[in-house]
Amino acid sequence: MADTIHCDLAIIGTGIAGMAAAVFAANRGMSVAQAGNTGSLAYTTGYFDLLGSIPATDEGGKATPVNEPFKALPELLNVFPQHPYRFVDEAEMREAFTELTDFLIRSGLRYEGGGETNHRLPSPAGTLKRTWFVPATMRPAEEMLAGTEECVIVDFAGLKGFSARQIAANLSPKRANLRGETVRLPGPGGEVYAENVARMLETERGRESFAKVLQPLVGDASWLGLPACLGIYRPEDIMDDMERRLGVRIFEIPTMPPGVPGIRIKEAFEEASSGMGLRLFRQQRMVWEDQHDGLYRLRVTGTSVEREVLAKNVLLASGRFLGGGLTGERTGIRETVIGLPVQQPESREDWHRFNYFDQRGHKVHRTGLVCDESLRPLGNDGKPFAQHLHAAGSVLAGADWMRMKCGAGVAVTTALAAVKNMK
Amino acid sequence: MGTRKTIQTQVLIIGAGATGTGVMRDLALRGVHCALVDRSDVNAGASGGNHGLLHSGGRYVSNDAHAAAECREEGDILKKLAPQCVDKTGGYFSAVAGDDENFIADFKSHCEKCGIDCTEVDPAEAREQEPHLAEDTIAVYEVPDASVDPFKLSLENVAHAKLVNSSKYLRHTEVVRFEIENGRIRAAICRDTDSGEELRIEAEQYVNAAGAWAASVAAQAGASVDMLYSRGTLLVTQERLSSRVINRLRPPSDGDILVPGGTVSILGTTSVRVDDPADARPTVEEVDRNVEQGWPMMPILAHTRYIRAYAGVRPLVLVGDGEGDGRSVSRDFSLFDHEDANLSNFCTITGGKLTTYRVMAERCSDLVASRLGVSAPCLTATEPLATVNACEWTEPGRAPKIWARNPDADDPILCECEMVPASAIDEIMNDCSEFIPDPGLQALGLRSRIGKGSCQGSFCGMRIAAHLYDTGRFDSPDGLKNMQGFFSQRFKGLRPVLWETQLVQAELAEALHCGLLGLEQIEGEDD
Repeated sequence: MADTIHCDLAIIGTGIAGMAAAVFAANRGMSVAQAGNTGSLAYTTGYFDLLGSIPATDEGGKATPVNEPFKALPELLNVFPQHPYRFVDEAEMREAFTELTDFLIRSGLRYEGGGETNHRLPSPAGTLKRTWFVPATMRPAEEMLAGTEECVIVDFAGLKGFSARQIAANLSPKRANLRGETVRLPGPGGEVYAENVARMLETERGRESFAKVLQPLVGDASWLGLPACLGIYRPEDIMDDMERRLGVRIFEIPTMPPGVPGIRIKEAFEEASSGMGLRLFRQQRMVWEDQHDGLYRLRVTGTSVEREVLAKNVLLASGRFLGGGLTGERTGIRETVIGLPVQQPESREDWHRFNYFDQRGHKVHRTGLVCDESLRPLGNDGKPFAQHLHAAGSVLAGADWMRMKCGAGVAVTTALAAVKNMK
Repeated sequence: MGTRKTIQTQVLIIGAGATGTGVMRDLALRGVHCALVDRSDVNAGASGGNHGLLHSGGRYVSNDAHAAAECREEGDILKKLAPQCVDKTGGYFSAVAGDDENFIADFKSHCEKCGIDCTEVDPAEAREQEPHLAEDTIAVYEVPDASVDPFKLSLENVAHAKLVNSSKYLRHTEVVRFEIENGRIRAAICRDTDSGEELRIEAEQYVNAAGAWAASVAAQAGASVDMLYSRGTLLVTQERLSSRVINRLRPPSDGDILVPGGTVSILGTTSVRVDDPADARPTVEEVDRNVEQGWPMMPILAHTRYIRAYAGVRPLVLVGDGEGDGRSVSRDFSLFDHEDANLSNFCTITGGKLTTYRVMAERCSDLVASRLGVSAPCLTATEPLATVNACEWTEPGRAPKIWARNPDADDPILCECEMVPASAIDEIMNDCSEFIPDPGLQALGLRSRIGKGSCQGSFCGMRIAAHLYDTGRFDSPDGLKNMQGFFSQRFKGLRPVLWETQLVQAELAEALHCGLLGLEQIEGEDD
């Protein structure tokens, strides 16, 4: 059994919840094996939400925007008592985010926020999103929005789905003196990807030529908004450098995911994994086999060499439909790794409401695993399926993260609670 | 409302489905000027909510020989005169083990009686031609079925009529009431459903071609038409599963016809009696019924990816007791001159089938022409349907060919499912601008393949909206509302097919639309 890995914890999934759990476990001296598609991290916009909205409960009702997430928690749990925030208290929520953002800061990605109130920062359509912890390169947009000095937002010819004019048009009712411009980047033309621009800006020459094409558009403006593209590894340094070259304050706006802010996190995590003593199997799957002498036996698949994993604890952070942790068949929703029971409506007819934008949200997004107080998913008999099997993140029942704007919050806080409950 | 606009025309046609647009073209070719109004847009009712099947007539040989023969004649005319709208795929009628042997045995002779070419095909040979046919296929007949693009057909009818004598088309215009004096309609008072502005249309003759809404339009004129409504739900597959139309060789039932259309196939249909012609929402139950009824004929239907569902409400004219699910009611069309309601310049044409729309338009136009004293004969059985370029982007699979002929790195593909480049969007917007005051994503969707591929507009809708802001078509938060309306409208068809891959994609789409952009909450933000 040369290919058997012994570890304290096997994590299935490498989204935000899986990544956070790996960081928390490593900080607590646990040995970890983890498998999943780290590409899913690239789908985060960089904004970490805690709670931005409480969906409506009555037909035709309106969702309630949340400005102070902790103050709104009791109301959330009152209306949606199954929400996974019932497993964590306020102190633990703060602890989880501090621990995760400390990790990101050590990797060169500084985050700001985490106070009593939500921040309101621009989306790629120019709407304002309520979010809680934000990259330091995006945060200045808030200051810009509060001011009146001239601000120019620039997009790149060939960058699809990001229109500076769209953002300016939609922010203008809230903030005067904004304009949108398009710049043609040096190069062959055609389609432009923010990631390629970010990699170009990692070089001195790249920044120099970028500054040259931007300068005429900036003019006398005090502020410059750019699609998130200011490098992959030390975005704040690149931002400072560009600010010096252009004599203007800069802020980043997320692009449509997958985008640069997510790629930054993905690369930071992959880079740090070996230093954390983490056996990370990227783009591979971990398959549940059985319990064996008080250990859980799993198998890593996806390459020619299959490995066996013997773990004292297992964390299911496998995500929902997009992440592959759940699958929605025509006749019902299944959990894919172990075949755990999924809390769901009786019929597919009840998965989605007729009106797409119904402010109550769609019930399919609150389906998922039901757990005990220790975040152990329950089996068909209503008891924990296994003594040391835990679940975290969006696979849990009760949170419609899209409508509640609580995706990162559920992922990070339940990851910490689950890790703390492990032996 | 003393400032209301007035339009004068010879004939006002109400309803821009296949029949209404067909009447418009027919009359235009006779030199009669028409105005066509629709409270929604082209083919918003049953003309858009069907299989796009140009029936050979085989479907009706067992229970309605007259309809079968009429389909054969009209099908031949359309294949000859509107080839740009028709794909002569041919069709199979195929039976599997357990299907009614008597029905199978009689099929060929029934076809012969109606003059429909019908050739027996060895099941093994048929399965080589159409590999997705079931292994236990026991009998196959080939007939000259074809597929037709009903949107293209109606858009070409309108375009041709405009070209011939400057007849007018007004979308988003509904009739509010008629002014009637001494048995004649003097004017139709219409309302622009976007702006709410009233418009007075004065015509010599009025044609009610409102399809499933014919009864309510007739009632506005004080006339009556008794109708039944039968909803049919259909599913669109992501890939084209057959080269021919595949019909189940059994008495007409649910989920027994698969029609190829460009790069996709369409499975249908159900027949559910509904009380309200507006009740055209595809249901989960009917979707499942189509899938479960369809897969014995073609097992791939059990696990293929469906990208959307849609439904149409068939307008059936009530003759007899009206029992049953609607399949037993005649699919024949009816023309009412409404002289019994003491009206001399109003008629209603409804019922019928897409395949026979031309002859419906002809009969109706004959009546209108005689009332006008116009002796010019009908030309639509001999005059080819002109091709107008504005429709170029509606055909599935066509856009990639056009782009591939002339690829341009600076002309990005905005709709990746259907390969629609930015230049095509600009072209459609320019074409539309003269008669659509406020073009947006839905108007683009009607005139292009946008929103019709596997993403159903979820992703390209955002890219195209960004492009519309970039080109100045959108310049305020109203563009967000337009996106919201477009995504809501596309969701109606997605909802019943959200399982497996399509559910995964819908989750990502909602993560972007709501999780990131917050489009569900763009109104009511007072700060």
